[in-house]
Amino acid sequence: MTRATLALRHEAIGLLGVVERNAYLVKRYAIWEVTWFVWTVANTLTIVFIAKGIEASGGQLDVKRETTVLLIGAVIWSYLGILFEILTQTVGWERWEGTIEYTFMAPLSRAVHLLGMGAFAVIYGLLRTVLLFFVVASFFTLDLGQADFWAAFVVLVIASVSFLGVGVMTAVFPLISPEKGTQLGFIAQGMLLVVSGVYYSTSILPGWMQVIAKISPATYALEGIRKAILDGAGVTDLWSDIWPLLVIGTVAIPLGFVVFHRGEVYAKRNGLLKRSG
Amino acid sequence: MSAVEVHNLRKEFRRRSFRRSGKSTCALDGVSFEIERGECISILGRNGSGKSTLVRVLSTLILPDGGEARIFGHDVVAGAGDVRRLVNRVSVEASFFKKMSAVENLSYAARFYGLGIGETRRRIPQILERVGFPSSRRDSRMETLSRGTQQKVALARALLTSPVLLLLDEPTTGLDPRSKLEVQEFIEQIREAHDTTILLCTHDMREAEVLSERIGILEHGRLLHLAPADELLELFRADTIEEVFLASTGRSFEDEDEEQPLEVTKK
Repeated sequence: MTRATLALRHEAIGLLGVVERNAYLVKRYAIWEVTWFVWTVANTLTIVFIAKGIEASGGQLDVKRETTVLLIGAVIWSYLGILFEILTQTVGWERWEGTIEYTFMAPLSRAVHLLGMGAFAVIYGLLRTVLLFFVVASFFTLDLGQADFWAAFVVLVIASVSFLGVGVMTAVFPLISPEKGTQLGFIAQGMLLVVSGVYYSTSILPGWMQVIAKISPATYALEGIRKAILDGAGVTDLWSDIWPLLVIGTVAIPLGFVVFHRGEVYAKRNGLLKRSG
Repeated sequence: MSAVEVHNLRKEFRRRSFRRSGKSTCALDGVSFEIERGECISILGRNGSGKSTLVRVLSTLILPDGGEARIFGHDVVAGAGDVRRLVNRVSVEASFFKKMSAVENLSYAARFYGLGIGETRRRIPQILERVGFPSSRRDSRMETLSRGTQQKVALARALLTSPVLLLLDEPTTGLDPRSKLEVQEFIEQIREAHDTTILLCTHDMREAEVLSERIGILEHGRLLHLAPADELLELFRADTIEEVFLASTGRSFEDEDEEQPLEVTKK
């Protein structure tokens, strides 16, 4: 086996190790996972019921369609929350447990370490998101007969690449600010979604916010998924949403690694990789 | 080639402040030494003397401000990736994911060093047995294990990756006498059975004397002496290493609570 093949094998095994560790954590915190899922269902319902509420108070709207629009927005919000939380845990949880120094001194490239966290986040996030969608949808009489779920899934997977890039950038916050960094991840999630039409069309936003919306991957993810589920658009019909996601993803992932690397250098210069829990 | 070569290593930590000027703490102040392959040296020093900073620099977790450190010829900054393949560490805190079992913690950690599934399945039970970890507790959560038992798992984690340089940062601090003795015996076994080079930072002077070939004294980030115990005893005309420490630093370990790290005001 050549040196390069051996190095590649080690990195692949290391990536598996990151996924494996997170799977152990989900297993060990299974009760908390169920509790959190129940809370997410409740939280999503508070948003999705809004359409029915507007109709009940005399508003004129297509309740089934608007309920589905809200459901998709809430589910994507939840999905992004999972991705950002898991990526932020790259530093935050490890620092609290005290394992951070052992992970950062292991011969695993940071890119593979972060990709491992990202791979787990996407797998786990997709499973929870699909489950959340159908559990919340079961509370309503929705017209999903023409929905192309496969196309929606493809858009979400492609969008995940961009989301991971942004998530890696937010993962650096706990590295440079052990006390407040984790919360900054949630701020980034909110900022991303507010300009992306999470519960409304981006056309209602002020002009400057619409400009930002054009570079937000969540805008294209939400639009693509809504077209697939509400209008039955297939993967080829969604190309106008898919290609911006591919472009943003191509930029966001390397940019995320660069940002994280700079944060890691700063932390190593200032002795911030220590346990703080 | 020496296992470890450290030349004029310097590290200061600046207090983060809105003001440009501020106090900085000198953690390492021109430290130089070498360790030969297979050798064990101990570094004695009080809290804040720079021991942990030295270990962190050698394990690529802190970037030095100046000087250089090489592990088997690899620079800890420029060749950090190569250094990481050669080094592992056991620190005062046996740091693990506490809800996970010993086997789960060792399993994922081994993966980070490129050990595949088959290899870890074979080696983890072997290594846990070697450190005297009770087999009935392999699937117990780490949080349910005693501190001494957790430290045995920490040793197992380090050995699982077959490091050629083992950095031990106060591995027996806070352990009960029996656990302390077991860990010390195991460190001796590692030295006898493997070609492992060991840097041991400790408060325990007897531990340093028993386990290592040379003893260093670190004070305010400066390495005051590094020599075999008998040479130090002769140099200071002392009967014990405690007396050597007192004569060398002008202070005893008991003074440490009043001791502050050396601070430098930057203008």
